[in-house]
Amino acid sequence: MSDHAENAGNETHGGHETHHGDYVRVWKVLLVLLVVSVVGPIVASAIEHRPTALAVTLSTAFGIAVVKAYMVVKNFMHIQFTQRFVPYLVVTMLVFMFLLFAGAAPDVMKSEGRNWVKPGWIAENADYRAHHPDGSAGGAH
Amino acid sequence: MATRPVEIREGHDTPGHHEEPSFFVKYLWSTDHKVIAMQYLFTGMFMALVGGFFSYVFRMQLAWPGESVPLWGLVTPAAYNMLITNHGAIMIFWVAMPVLIAAFGNYLIPLMLGCDDMVFPKLNRLSYQIFLLSVVVLFSSFFVTGGGFGGAWTMYPPLSGEAAYNNTPAGQTIFIVAVALEFVAFLLGGINFVTTAMNSRAPGMKLYDIPMVVWMIVIASIMFMASVGPLVAGAVMLIFDQTLNTAFFDPTRGGDPILWQHLFWFFGHPEVYVVLLPAVGIVAEVITVFARKKLFAYKTVLYTAIATGVLSFTVWAHHQFIAGIDPRMANIFTVTTLLISIPIAEMMFVYIATLYGGSITFSTPMLWALSFIATFLVGGVTGIFLGASGSDIYLHDTYFVLAHFHYTFYPIAIIGTFAGFTFWFPKMFGRHLNETLGKIHFWLTIIAFNGIFLPLFVTGVLGDNRRIPNHQVYPELDNPLMNGLREVATVFLVVMLLAQFVFFYNVVVSLVRGKKAEKNPWKSNTLEWTADSPPPHGNWKELPTVYRGPYEYGVPGRSEDYWPQNVPN
Amino acid sequence: MSSARPIATTRSASGMPTGRLAVWWVIASEIVIFGGILTSYVMYRLAHDSFAEQAAHTNTWIGAFNTFVLLTSSLMAVQAHKAADSGDGAKAARFLHYTCLGGILFILVKSFEWASEIGRGYTISSSPFWSFYYTAAGLHALHVIAGVVIMFIVAAAAKQYRDLHRVELIGVYWHFVDVVWIFLFPLLYIAK
Ligand code: HEM
Ligand SMILES: [Cu+2]
Repeated sequence: MSDHAENAGNETHGGHETHHGDYVRVWKVLLVLLVVSVVGPIVASAIEHRPTALAVTLSTAFGIAVVKAYMVVKNFMHIQFTQRFVPYLVVTMLVFMFLLFAGAAPDVMKSEGRNWVKPGWIAENADYRAHHPDGSAGGAH
Repeated sequence: MATRPVEIREGHDTPGHHEEPSFFVKYLWSTDHKVIAMQYLFTGMFMALVGGFFSYVFRMQLAWPGESVPLWGLVTPAAYNMLITNHGAIMIFWVAMPVLIAAFGNYLIPLMLGCDDMVFPKLNRLSYQIFLLSVVVLFSSFFVTGGGFGGAWTMYPPLSGEAAYNNTPAGQTIFIVAVALEFVAFLLGGINFVTTAMNSRAPGMKLYDIPMVVWMIVIASIMFMASVGPLVAGAVMLIFDQTLNTAFFDPTRGGDPILWQHLFWFFGHPEVYVVLLPAVGIVAEVITVFARKKLFAYKTVLYTAIATGVLSFTVWAHHQFIAGIDPRMANIFTVTTLLISIPIAEMMFVYIATLYGGSITFSTPMLWALSFIATFLVGGVTGIFLGASGSDIYLHDTYFVLAHFHYTFYPIAIIGTFAGFTFWFPKMFGRHLNETLGKIHFWLTIIAFNGIFLPLFVTGVLGDNRRIPNHQVYPELDNPLMNGLREVATVFLVVMLLAQFVFFYNVVVSLVRGKKAEKNPWKSNTLEWTADSPPPHGNWKELPTVYRGPYEYGVPGRSEDYWPQNVPN
Repeated sequence: MSSARPIATTRSASGMPTGRLAVWWVIASEIVIFGGILTSYVMYRLAHDSFAEQAAHTNTWIGAFNTFVLLTSSLMAVQAHKAADSGDGAKAARFLHYTCLGGILFILVKSFEWASEIGRGYTISSSPFWSFYYTAAGLHALHVIAGVVIMFIVAAAAKQYRDLHRVELIGVYWHFVDVVWIFLFPLLYIAK
């Protein structure tokens, strides 16, 4: 590698310099959050009131996952030291995934639709059982 | 890797000089973007011959069912399914993508941006090698027990997920592996294209100075990257359904075949614009040069393309209108589908406005570019019929759909490619093509193309279903009118295929004896025309600097009617 | 090997060095791959009550331990980046090796976990939940393995003070793999 001097130069020209922070502190916060995300659902399973239990599970498990991911992306991946288009790019990709969900879920999450049923799903769908008490696989409507 | 070219670096912006590398290093192991472009181009053209041959076999069967086809023999239903499946997959994944995106992208991006290569030359080489591997894998699927996969290029489960249904236990998996490898090749290539375009522009080249074709290839690469992910995941799931007995898409065991359709079309619809945009870009370069006019509304074209790119992620379920999707969603997808025709139409009108009042030369590339606009319009307009969910219920899976997408894909993959190939041929090979032969080839091809697919619109409206090997089985499809139209289509197909010999003859003769091409035979503005024809390794002795946009033709007050991007004043 | 870098690679019209730019594009294309499988999973999960029952057989403690391992390895990766920025190749290489160690530990724990689950009869074809469980985590594990391999190569170069900018690039990729696991963990283990 003869061009390694030039190479080092290329990494400094252009591009914001990364400012290194206190990574150990970030890591400690992440660990605390990890503990919360494990303990939260356990606590929730002891709560009698179903909606509260669900809210606790969702917020500790998934809410905290979002926070953790944000911390890693910001502090470790240094997304704020990239050009502004990078966060937009990441967000765009996530938006596309929500689009996929929005477009597909109305079909995928149903066990029967126009002209079809999914036999394997019926057994699990309380709504379906209410309409077909005999448990028939439908198709005849 | 014993003999690598030795590079000596002189000064900052001077590409190195080389010892003459061996044949293997120069043509097969090269990292030079131009060589890789040629590899993609010739592999793609070879695959076009394979795909074309397949279409010849099944069209013969459709016109004269049950008769032995010359060069093939009897077409069994299994062979018929295998032929149409692989015809479609080859034309989209192994012809349109490699030629329009990879070949033109590799060739043009560094040359038009004024740099010496792609930013990651080795990644580029790897991308081609993976692509070549995917070709080999695909071919191998034709020779395994059970033969090649025959479940259509859309691979809908449960037909594709269960060997008991499709009778191709090995072919089904090999097919998906081949497609997946092709995706990997284009992901690697796409990252390279986008990074090169963002970072390696010549000094002075601002965003609006980038030639339209480069923009289009970059936007297409980004769209490909954003849309293919879910299908990659889906392909893994489908392979597991086939081989590990999972039930991702098996409705009897808790899976859902409709999910596959969503994953496929979430990719599949953006994909049609992935191949469309590069062709639209090529046409922009050709018509501005041969009409000697500035591109009408550069920014409009650019933003329209971006808008199309984003919108194309919201229309995918128009392919599933009769798959029993939620009727409310069908309404939404109808609206988005009709919306997306607007930017496309806008682009075509911008091109027509560019032609208006220009001093037009009807050279071969220009003929191809103009015919692109004319034929693609037919494809786009028939898309409206299909996008309206009400009429699509009747037209879905008929030859009307088939004629629609051939009126879009053919202009893109064949006409767009010929426009680009004949336009850049002097640059690529340093010689001119023969104009007379070029025009004969053009007229034969374009007349035959319309002769193939216009009759199929009619049979489609009369109720002719796609993907049926022998229509005689259905009395209502077996009448003199429809049979006659099918025969017309097949005859024109044979004419169209034979016409390609004119092209190959032209290429070979021109390569050997064609008029030598100077640097800038078309008097074009963009940077690639300032390099030698063909450009050497490293492209320029001194890399160019850019002073203006790419379409300054016929500027008042200048003695010449063009104003190259690299000329200071 | 004297393969020369083209001038193209040294330009940075976007204001970002080429490598950093490219790695973010890699990540963008990976987001949609994992996004595809996780979106599918969430749709099935919400529609099937049986997923919750089956998820109850996963071992949260192993999942949590692996999260801990990956978070810590990410810390090591970012320390390597810091060392590389200050020009200390040897130190960067050492931290990268710690990161690799984390990756290897993760894979080992995962293999024991899977072996015990398969032993108890929960295989990839047992039910849609288990299919997703093995496929999504398997896809992620492949990324971990690829990351470890690349990291060893980068560390070997960094040790000789070559290509130090690559330490940052592999680090960014590694953090992305970590982020994917941050979401996989609650999705596969906690959602009961
Ligand atoms: C102007 C906008 C367009 C509209 C509104 C449109 C609309 C549609 C619709 C609704 C279908 C589904 C028909 C059915 O299966 O019943 C369809 C099929 C298709 N379109 Fe288009 N389209 C447009 C442009 C394009 C372009 C630019 C391409 C190709 C580059 C294309 C390629 C295809 C293909 C390949 C199919 C058939 C897929 C299959 O079932 O195998 N379309 N189009
Ligand atoms: Cu479509």
